[in-house]
Amino acid sequence: MTQGISHSERIVLTGVGLTAPNGNNLAEFRQNLLNGVSGVVPYQTRYMGDVLAGVCNFDTLKYQKKKDLRRGTRVGSVSVYCANEAILDSGLDWEAVNRDRVGVYLGITEHGNVETENEVYEISQFQYDTSVWTHHHNPRTVANNPAGEVTINMGITGPHLTIGAACAAGNAGFIQAAQMLKLREVDLAIAGGVSESIHTFGIFASFQSQGALARHDDPTKASRPFDRDRNGIVVAEGGGICTVERLDDALARGAKIYAEIIGYAMNSDAKDFVLPDSNRQEQCIRLALDRAGITPDDVDIVSSHATATEQGDIEESKALRNVFGKSPNVAINNTKSFIGHAMGAAGALELLGNIPSFEDDTVHATINVDHLDPECALDQLVLNHPRKKANIRCILNNSFGMLGINSVLIVKKFDE
Amino acid sequence: MSPAEIRQVIIDILEKIAPDEDLSSLNDEVAFREQMELDSMDFLDIVMELRKLYRIQIPEEDYHHLVTMKSTVDYLTPRLKDA
Repeated sequence: MTQGISHSERIVLTGVGLTAPNGNNLAEFRQNLLNGVSGVVPYQTRYMGDVLAGVCNFDTLKYQKKKDLRRGTRVGSVSVYCANEAILDSGLDWEAVNRDRVGVYLGITEHGNVETENEVYEISQFQYDTSVWTHHHNPRTVANNPAGEVTINMGITGPHLTIGAACAAGNAGFIQAAQMLKLREVDLAIAGGVSESIHTFGIFASFQSQGALARHDDPTKASRPFDRDRNGIVVAEGGGICTVERLDDALARGAKIYAEIIGYAMNSDAKDFVLPDSNRQEQCIRLALDRAGITPDDVDIVSSHATATEQGDIEESKALRNVFGKSPNVAINNTKSFIGHAMGAAGALELLGNIPSFEDDTVHATINVDHLDPECALDQLVLNHPRKKANIRCILNNSFGMLGINSVLIVKKFDE
Repeated sequence: MSPAEIRQVIIDILEKIAPDEDLSSLNDEVAFREQMELDSMDFLDIVMELRKLYRIQIPEEDYHHLVTMKSTVDYLTPRLKDA
C-alpha cells in the first residue's frame, strides 16, 4: 500500500496533544476508553438551563496567562493547550524549528457563535446599546481564530487557517496538513480538530428544536449510538492535535511515529442540509480505500461517526454494511458513546483514541448499547466491552457533517 | 465619587483586564504602560468598563488623560462627582 512511494511523500503523525471530556492526554483518554469511562456530565447553558454535555477540564494556565484567556476564546485555549502538548510529545527541539516552515491547520465545525451570543446577551443588559459591544468581538470571531491563537502563543510564522467542515472537520484538518506537506508548502504541520461548542446555547437549542438533543437520567448513558433507545446528540467540546511530518524528516530525527496516513477522501452529498446519505458515505469510504491501495479486508478498526440520531446511525450502518459486509474481521467502534459529539474535534479525537490499539492489541468498544437497533446490527460492532485483536495495523476513521460533507481518513501502523 | 473611590474603581478594572499583574505597588505618577503589560486593546477595555459602569462617554481626543493613575483620576473626578 505504500510500496513505491518515496519517504518524502509519505506522511506520519509524530506527536499527540488532546483534551477530551474524559482525558487530557492520550494515555488518560485511552485508559478511559478501555475502561468504559464516560465524560458526559450535567451542564447549564444560557436560557435553557439543565442539559448534558461533554466538558473538558484541562489546565488552561499550563501554556497561557490569565490575560491570554480573557483576550482569546475558549477554542483558542483548547487549541493552544493541544498544540503545545503535541509539540512536547513529538520530541521536536522546538527552539531549533524554523517557525516560517510550520503550518497550523485546524478543523472546526463552527466558530464565533459563542462570542456573538455573549455580546448580544451583554448589550441586552444595557438596553441594546451597541456602544458597549466589545472591541474584542472581531478578533475573537474571525474564522481563523483558534489557529491564529496557536501561532501567537507559539511564535509560528508559517501559514495558519481553520478548515470549516461541519462535523467532518477533524479528518479535514489532518488531510489539509498531509496535502500541504506533500506540496512542500511547510515542513511541519500542527493539525487536527477543535471545538468550543458547549459554550453556545444555540447548538443545544437547535438540536432540541430538531428533536435531536439527547437526554437521560444518567448522563453517562445519554450518548448511545446504535442503541434502539437513543434520543439524540450529546454536545461536547474538545481538541485533538498532532504534529504531522513527512516520513523522511521524522526518520531523520528519530521520531516516535504513531501512525502513517495512507489514504483519505472527502466528498459531498449534494442533497440535504442535515440528512446524511449512505451512498455518498460509501463512495467516500471506497475512495479512501482505493487511494490507500487497500481492500476492506485490510482494515482492522472502523471508527464510526455515528452520533446517536436515528437517521444518522442507520445511514452509516448501511454504508458500512455495503463496504465491510464481507469483512468479518473488521472491528467497528464508536467514541461518541463515551464523550458525546465533540463537533470539530470529533474526528480527531476518535482517530487518536484508537491509535494506541497498534500497541495494546485492543479495540475499545461503543458503550451504552443495551438494545442494539436491528437496523444497525453490524456483526463487527464491538459492543460495551473492549475486544482483544491481534496485530492491529489499519484504522479507518469516518467523519460526516451537515450540508452533506463526508471525510474518511485511513492510518496504518508505521513500518518501513 | 471621591478621588479615592475613583482610584479604587480603576484598580478594580485593571485587575479584571490585567489579571496577571500585581497592582499593589502601582505608582500613580507613572504611566500604566510603563508598569504593566497594557496594549491598545486593553486601554479600550478601561474606556469600555467605565462606559458600562457609569455610562460615561470618553471621547477619543481625551484618551491622553488616561495615561497615569493620577491623570485618570484627575480627569474623571469632575465627571463622576455625582456617580
